[in-house]
Amino acid sequence: MSGSPGAGRSRIVTWAVVGLCLGLAGALAWAMLDLPAPSTRLPGQVAAQLERSGVEHPVTAVLLNFRGYDTLLEIAVLLLALLGMLAAGVAPRASAPLGASSMLAALARALAPLMVLVAGYLLWAGAFRPGGAFQAGAVLAAAGVLLRLAGFLPAWTRPGAALRMALAAGFALFLAIAALGLTEGALLRYPEPSAGALILAIESGLTFSLGLILAGLFLAGPELPRREDGGGTP
Amino acid sequence: MSLGLFYALLGGGLFALGLAGLILRPHLLAKIIGFNVMGSGAFLVLVGLGSRDGVADPVPQAMVLTGIVVAVAATALALALARRLLELSGDMVLPGERLRPGEDDDADA
Repeated sequence: MSGSPGAGRSRIVTWAVVGLCLGLAGALAWAMLDLPAPSTRLPGQVAAQLERSGVEHPVTAVLLNFRGYDTLLEIAVLLLALLGMLAAGVAPRASAPLGASSMLAALARALAPLMVLVAGYLLWAGAFRPGGAFQAGAVLAAAGVLLRLAGFLPAWTRPGAALRMALAAGFALFLAIAALGLTEGALLRYPEPSAGALILAIESGLTFSLGLILAGLFLAGPELPRREDGGGTP
Repeated sequence: MSLGLFYALLGGGLFALGLAGLILRPHLLAKIIGFNVMGSGAFLVLVGLGSRDGVADPVPQAMVLTGIVVAVAATALALALARRLLELSGDMVLPGERLRPGEDDDADA
């Protein structure tokens, strides 16, 4: 096959692509080395406004106050991705039965409550140190995946109404609080004295829904046959 | 050269590497991985350039935090679509492309 003209042509294409990508890497490096110093000092601006944001950690302040739009749209995109996955659907086939080994089941039993605790701590800590809704949601989702692997959680073939509402709750709450800002003059403008409390409320909703959505990315699928000896009751 | 700039340059290299993989590999799983490598490169550029003068900039960090979560969701959606394609066509390649002879073997060689 290396002697055929098709293989020769594909080799030329390969080297051309490699050359172009190397060129792109070089151009990117040159652009970055040539970049002038930023004309606005964002860290300084963030630090100057931090007191008014309602939280003490700059990243959380940026995420949920200064650049709240991004976070609002992000949770919408996540919801959309999960809806897309559920809409694409997966026919049940070629999947090994899920049945937890007793070790995994024991580990999941021990870890899942701890992970919920850690998620709660991360959510709370986000106000004044690294942490926040995303990290907490990721830990919650990991707990969901672990429980699924251990056979304690069913797959989501068709999420029921309650689950669908829970998935959308974080986005809906965020949107409602953002709309509340309209009374202050602009979307996402929090009334200043209660900004901290509002951000905590948004983050709690986000953590809950993010955890469910991220876990759903893994859990969405056909119900798999379960081994009788694995797991226990959910 | 500051450490931040070094990371940014590394991110540029990762981006190009992922792009090459995305173009050259017909297998959809490899394309999705290539796309993720590109994304990681972009995140590294953002965070690296944000801290090139030694002070970490919280704005790009927050952007990247958002981006990572979106990337996870996009990857999951891509995987679901690829799996759907596998069910419908029996193959994990885009229409019009086909695995080169020996692709499956030299993919892990």
